[in-house]
Amino acid sequence: MVGILTYGVYIPRYRIRVKEIARVWGANADEITGGLGVFEKSVPDMDEDTATIAVEAARYALARRKVDPEEIGAVYVGSESHPYAVKPTACTVGEAIGATPHMTAADYEFACKAGTAGIQTCMGLVQSGIVPLGLAIGSDVAQGAPGDALEYTAAAGGAAFLIGNRDPIALIHRTCSFTTDTPDFWRRAGQDYPRHGGRFTGDPGYFRHVQAAAKLLLSQVGAKPDDYTYAVFHQPNAKFPRRVAQLLGFTDAQIRPGLVVPHLGNTYSGSSMIGLAATLDVASAGDRIFVTSFGSGAGSDSFDIEVTDAIESPDLFQRAAAPSVEELLKDPVYLDYAQYAKHKGKIVMQI
Amino acid sequence: MSVARFWRKIPQRYNLIGTRCETCGTYFFPPRTFCPECRREGRIVDYRFPGKGKVVTHTVIRSASEQFEHLTPYVLAIIQLDEGPRFTAQVVAKPGEIEVGTRVRPVFRRIAADGESGVIHYGTKFVPVR
Repeated sequence: MVGILTYGVYIPRYRIRVKEIARVWGANADEITGGLGVFEKSVPDMDEDTATIAVEAARYALARRKVDPEEIGAVYVGSESHPYAVKPTACTVGEAIGATPHMTAADYEFACKAGTAGIQTCMGLVQSGIVPLGLAIGSDVAQGAPGDALEYTAAAGGAAFLIGNRDPIALIHRTCSFTTDTPDFWRRAGQDYPRHGGRFTGDPGYFRHVQAAAKLLLSQVGAKPDDYTYAVFHQPNAKFPRRVAQLLGFTDAQIRPGLVVPHLGNTYSGSSMIGLAATLDVASAGDRIFVTSFGSGAGSDSFDIEVTDAIESPDLFQRAAAPSVEELLKDPVYLDYAQYAKHKGKIVMQI
Repeated sequence: MSVARFWRKIPQRYNLIGTRCETCGTYFFPPRTFCPECRREGRIVDYRFPGKGKVVTHTVIRSASEQFEHLTPYVLAIIQLDEGPRFTAQVVAKPGEIEVGTRVRPVFRRIAADGESGVIHYGTKFVPVR
């Protein structure tokens, strides 16, 4: 059965604290941190972008498992910050991991859920026998306009999942989606920063789609929230996933390992995938994991996942061969707002 | 840099693809197609360097050419790979964070770009092994 053969995560080393951003804009830092449940966010280095993050995550995934890269027949990179408007990030990743030239590749864009859409595509290609292995990546150097609410959380990071059907470390029993045309968050062509509908992103956006996809999956597999060991929800802040978990009947204990947003921020396409990776970092054989992503625009993908014995079999998979999410979050280098603005290219330079 | 010049060296820039002489065991990076020791007895094959190595010497660039100005101050070093070849590369570290002999590993980074609208030149830099 199709599942996850290996996974890898990359998070840049730099951070900026929410209170530092609040200081610059004259906002109340305690109010913002209290409201969002986010204390700091990751910031890319000067020479890092969505492609470099995607490559590092993919290489970490391949470090954990011996795989012939030429067997990877599909590479999909989901992001809303691809370095090129036209020229696929997925080709750069394929070349950098040695998967080219016998592979299909494309970049996906669906706000914060483009990476999980890539997982679904790879599942289809593997299950139909078209490719032996498919690589799905969610990676972003997320943008938020200076002074906008998004700026407090828009972070950088990515996760890569290799999908196949030979001794997966986690089976994906089922996936389903819930998608509508809901303009809760968008970025028009040629614009540097996204816009959003403020509170409208909540009920008609996040909560409607996440709950609908989650309930659909639970009914399709005939499961209840307490049948799962862990649950992961898209985490634009810490409040939304906690609230939606509660509404669906999941507990704080179930979402705790995957709730990485307080010290990472919202890595957009990387968000729920890094949450899943952090959960796999601590999972044991037999654990069941419930995952629901969310992308504005809007849609949610849900996954019913069961961890297998392969995760504990050193012949197949070596979890310690790449850093865990917890390790990647350790030892950060903090930036002030001016340094952050330079890293993010927010300073207008003379050309 | 022309698009063709960047594209031609993508295997070296991304994945440190060099060569090795199977006759005498010498490794080459940048790749050689001919072994200067074994000459016509040499058998040259491709070799992908894992990229682990050490700093032979290093300097801090504070006054850079235009396309690297935004990175200053940055560390430039001669790296010796474990298999022997040496070459110049950037090290992602603060000045003073590395010394001669520091162990390094490769990372995939944006090296430069051909202006705001041109091709982005990705490639390999190094970071200290922590």
